Amino acid sequence: MMDSFSARIQEIYQQESRRVLATLIRLLGSFELAEEALHDAFAAAMNQWPGEGVPDNPRAWLVSAGRFKAIDQLRRKARFDVSLEEVADRLEAELACEDAAPQEIEDDRLRLIFTCCHPGLAPEAQLALTLREVCGLTTEEIASAFLTSTPTLAQRIVRAKAKIRDANIPYAVPEGQELQERLASVLHAIYLIFNEGYSASAGERLIRQDLCGEAIRLARLLCQLLPEPEARGLLALLLLQDARRSARVSADGNLVLLEDQDRSLWNREQIQEGSNLVLQALASRRFGPYTLQAAIAAVHSDADSTETTDWPQIVGLYEALLGQSPSPVIELNRAVAVAMRDGPERGLALIDHLLAEGPLSDYHLAHAARADLLRRLGQNKQAHAAYRRALALSQQGPEQRFLLRRLHEIETRLATEKK
Amino acid sequence: MKYLALVYYDEKLMAQKTQQEWDALNQECIACVEGLSESGHFITGSPLMPTSAATTVRVRDKRVTVTDGPFAETKEQLAGFYMLEAKDLNEAIALAGKIPPARYGSIEVRPARELVAEGNQAGGDAG
Repeated sequence: MMDSFSARIQEIYQQESRRVLATLIRLLGSFELAEEALHDAFAAAMNQWPGEGVPDNPRAWLVSAGRFKAIDQLRRKARFDVSLEEVADRLEAELACEDAAPQEIEDDRLRLIFTCCHPGLAPEAQLALTLREVCGLTTEEIASAFLTSTPTLAQRIVRAKAKIRDANIPYAVPEGQELQERLASVLHAIYLIFNEGYSASAGERLIRQDLCGEAIRLARLLCQLLPEPEARGLLALLLLQDARRSARVSADGNLVLLEDQDRSLWNREQIQEGSNLVLQALASRRFGPYTLQAAIAAVHSDADSTETTDWPQIVGLYEALLGQSPSPVIELNRAVAVAMRDGPERGLALIDHLLAEGPLSDYHLAHAARADLLRRLGQNKQAHAAYRRALALSQQGPEQRFLLRRLHEIETRLATEKK
Repeated sequence: MKYLALVYYDEKLMAQKTQQEWDALNQECIACVEGLSESGHFITGSPLMPTSAATTVRVRDKRVTVTDGPFAETKEQLAGFYMLEAKDLNEAIALAGKIPPARYGSIEVRPARELVAEGNQAGGDAG
């Protein structure tokens, strides 16, 4: 009996704790106070619900219990710090106001996301705070996912909360023009969380896949709360990239290129959902770079091989992306797509031009792409030099192993040429 | 809540402007102050003479030492300040974005703190 009861409370915790926290932060005006109050409210539930039964509306019960507990806490602490008495009085006066409406509670979750991803906080602090407060991950879990120590991560969260308090970062969803700017910050934070998981090396795979999952959950939540086309575009992008996850790493932990992936391993259900979201976002005509990247991923997902991929469409999408946010890396991707559409020579000319311009000259992927085109053209000596350059610049284990394999292939070719 | 908006830019770049361009920018600043005053956000503020006119004062062992120039050599120099009244950081950011030199340099937005007899913020953490 008791066990099924703790299971029920556990379930309510899973479902409600983040909502209750988000509302308590608004009502109490402080992250610290709200976290303590959330903890106390669940402790009270564990005590009272076995006798009284689970209330009809556990969420409202928990919010209300949290408010009372916070006022009690403040009154106790006010013995040592008189200024808290005032805060307690104010909170008590506010108790008389009506309980939060369901819509208000959903808005609180959105407020929490926008506050945690405020651009006034350092990017790494945004990620840590979002995973801690919105997703409810523990500090230990976040630290291990980001390969940092728990004290470092805890410190990062403490500093972020201090800045929110001291600089008075509001607990609010921005409006109008500001909303679009701030939404970009939120989307970027979610994207970084996903990438942190997606660029995982073999050893940390399990934990870091969790990060991909959290990012998708966050993007989904954001779409529910704020139906903006770019939020849909981001969710689509994450779903489409994540759909290729099991095909992207071989059994021995090596990176598998898109062209070599076993496409039967792709998650079709996720691709379907992602593609539908892309269409919705594109139809809005208010889409941005995430939607376009998702559209590119969707075109890849439509084809059963690189040969049957609609490269003209991919080139066009890269051009649209360049029109919105010009960047040499996107130029590089476009050059690779042009090579697929018009042949390696055309792509090579574009990449050589890009490298000559400067900003990509130390970018390993530019040299790797160049090496690949040279290899396809049978210019083995030059390909060899380009692979070596790429290898010298690369910093990731799986990537280095991939480049080494290619380098060996070319060396074998060069050796047979000599014979 | 009070926020101080510190205006920084590269003095060398500003010195390259023609008198006409420089006056035009200053006229924009006058209009900006007028706008902020009308909306009740402007408390006080002033543009500053360049760092070539700056003097740094320190007191060590009860003795005053004086040196030429600002205390730190940086790429951008403090050029002026606005003390603003804003309800939160978002509003302060929106106001700071209206300060014309933001187009050339940067505006640092800092919450002001109050001087009180006891329990002052932002220091005194040790014991």
